[in-house]
Amino acid sequence: MKMLRWSLPLAIFLVILGFLFVGLFRDPREVPSPLIDKPAPAFALTQLHQPERTLTTADMRGQVWLLNVWASWCVSCRVEHPLLVELAKANIVPVIGLAYKDKRDDGLAWLKTNGDPYKLSIVDQDGRVGIDFGVYGVPETFVIDKAGVIRYKQIGPLTADALKQTILPLVRELQRS
Amino acid sequence: MKLALVALLALLVTPSAWCDDALDTRLRSLENELRCLVCQNQTLAESNAPLAEDLRKEVRDLATGGKSDDEIRTYLVARYGDFVLYKPPVKSTTYVLWFGPFALLAGGAVAWWMLIRRRSRATGDAATLTESSTTAVARARVLLDE
Repeated sequence: MKMLRWSLPLAIFLVILGFLFVGLFRDPREVPSPLIDKPAPAFALTQLHQPERTLTTADMRGQVWLLNVWASWCVSCRVEHPLLVELAKANIVPVIGLAYKDKRDDGLAWLKTNGDPYKLSIVDQDGRVGIDFGVYGVPETFVIDKAGVIRYKQIGPLTADALKQTILPLVRELQRS
Repeated sequence: MKLALVALLALLVTPSAWCDDALDTRLRSLENELRCLVCQNQTLAESNAPLAEDLRKEVRDLATGGKSDDEIRTYLVARYGDFVLYKPPVKSTTYVLWFGPFALLAGGAVAWWMLIRRRSRATGDAATLTESSTTAVARARVLLDE
């Protein structure tokens, strides 16, 4: 009984300490998406380079692809962009660019100066498709499998580590299956 | 004639204005319990973030389209997760959150009760002790008097 008097509060204290310690290393901005392992929302958007043509979710069926949400007004998109250009050169997985709440001319100019890593770019001018995808912090990158199911979401700029350790292994695994 | 015209105008204006008011109040209370994901400590109603603006518009469109408050909440949760709700739903992963404080309160009450019982027993002992010491003093006095 005497032991319990000291050890019980100590144990409770240590548990709280443990939770707080883990909390130090977690990013509150990374809200887990409820869309993981759910079918990607259906969209039909006009292309950036050819406004008369559209791209739909169904067009991408049968292949693993990345959807990169970016905008010309987005500052941290510049940070991840060189990585995307590199990824495009490696030709591992098609990346579709979604210009989120962007003006067509601004988007085109931005791609001209920073390089265009996208297999195709589409424009979501009013952000409606962004809402369907639960986008809240541009840039965001989705990994979508052959069946059109979202398998992973990167919130914020891509990093070399995230690509090498999480996204590319997942893409290879999905391409094999 | 003029009066009739005014009355007619009032009739035309009032119901629609009243309707909008009802919708506005409903939207305001709904927006006040939804979180803006960009500036996470603000509600949809407070936030000036472009996304909050879009979502307010979306919520208004859904509401005027005849969706109920619950349907609108479900719509947003399906896209952004439970985090958009300032009042988290009661489910197995949130039991600790909802019932933990009550469990702590009950545990504290039990601990307090046990402590009080032990203390009252201890003061009871102390009382008997003082009693015996007063008799001891009385006895000592008797001895000294002799």
